[in-house]
Amino acid sequence: MPRSILYCHCAYAQVVPAETKSAVLDGLSASGVSFEAVPDLCEMSARRDPALAQLASSNDATIVACYPRAVRWLFNAAGVPLPEEVRVLNMRVADPATVLADLPLDTEAKP
Amino acid sequence: MSAPSATLRIVLYEGAGSRPLEAPVRSRALRLLLESGYGVTRVSADARSATAPGHGPLAVLGRFEEAQPTVAEGRTDGRPVFFCNIEGLDAEGMLNGVTDLHSRTETAPRAKWKPWFPVIDFSRCTNCMQCLTFCLFDVYGVSKDKKIEVRNPVNCKTDCPACSRVCPEVAILFPKYKGGPINGDEVRDEDLQREKMKVDISALLGGDIYAALRQRSVDAKVRFSRERDEKRALDERRKCLTKLQQDLGIPPEVLAALPSLDQIQNRTASAMAQSDTEDSS
Repeated sequence: MPRSILYCHCAYAQVVPAETKSAVLDGLSASGVSFEAVPDLCEMSARRDPALAQLASSNDATIVACYPRAVRWLFNAAGVPLPEEVRVLNMRVADPATVLADLPLDTEAKP
Repeated sequence: MSAPSATLRIVLYEGAGSRPLEAPVRSRALRLLLESGYGVTRVSADARSATAPGHGPLAVLGRFEEAQPTVAEGRTDGRPVFFCNIEGLDAEGMLNGVTDLHSRTETAPRAKWKPWFPVIDFSRCTNCMQCLTFCLFDVYGVSKDKKIEVRNPVNCKTDCPACSRVCPEVAILFPKYKGGPINGDEVRDEDLQREKMKVDISALLGGDIYAALRQRSVDAKVRFSRERDEKRALDERRKCLTKLQQDLGIPPEVLAALPSLDQIQNRTASAMAQSDTEDSS
């Protein structure tokens, strides 16, 4: 069963290094996996976007965004607590190679 | 008439019946769409099903091998599905097509707001209401079960982290803040010990801020009570606020608009009363 991946582009601020976002998105794109990409989880949380419930529904999801504490409470703020099992990878501190290595991608597709 | 809340979601479809995109084109299209505010579901060749989160219309972009209907209805959820053949288009062409489609569907406009608002870490929050009493913009409210809540996130003053500075438990996050732990980084013991994290409302009103200001504050209070000199009191407060602005990164216009102590003290009572009213209605 494939695991789900959610990528946040943090499009409305400059807090995630642009080169990290770019390299991670390129790596995801080059892989053979399906994934969800959103412009900005903060913006979705503020709107309490109903899509968050579906994005958070998978226990084996991996979220590629920023600090796990921020991501978990952003989902909570939208009324959608994240399952404990969901992994959050932090593009604010991890380099792209580390993030991509932690993702369930096709091995051959990793850049 | 209220604005539509459903958003247009893009599906980049490379599953059965659609030829895969060239890798550079796919990457650039993803980036352009995300930076233009569109959520994208990438469906790869081995996908078992093509679903996308949300309840708004879907724009399915693909290099379809067979003709597709221009618009169809989702099989299970009734969402409108627009098929867009992107054969021969570059990433900019795809974005133009999506933008054009967006203008023709009744969906929410793309966000232009920097999403800046407080997020409460309820594993740390003690419900002390200092954030509610301090916030100048009515961002906070009290829920029916008498818990603090972020009620009006769009009211928040962009780049103002003031409420997180007054929180004694470091329980307020601004995910887009530059530094930790306000940005969501883990809270360390030294964070709790830092004096910046222990600023309380009376400090923000010009009283006891840091050790360096402590004596000056005492002197000022004595002087004010003796001389009743409002101008000097104002000057003293201004000095303290300038120091706060520099050290805590609070925008000057926020500090300039600080309410009076009476106004601050009335806020919690007012929010509680409103919660009671909502509870009984």
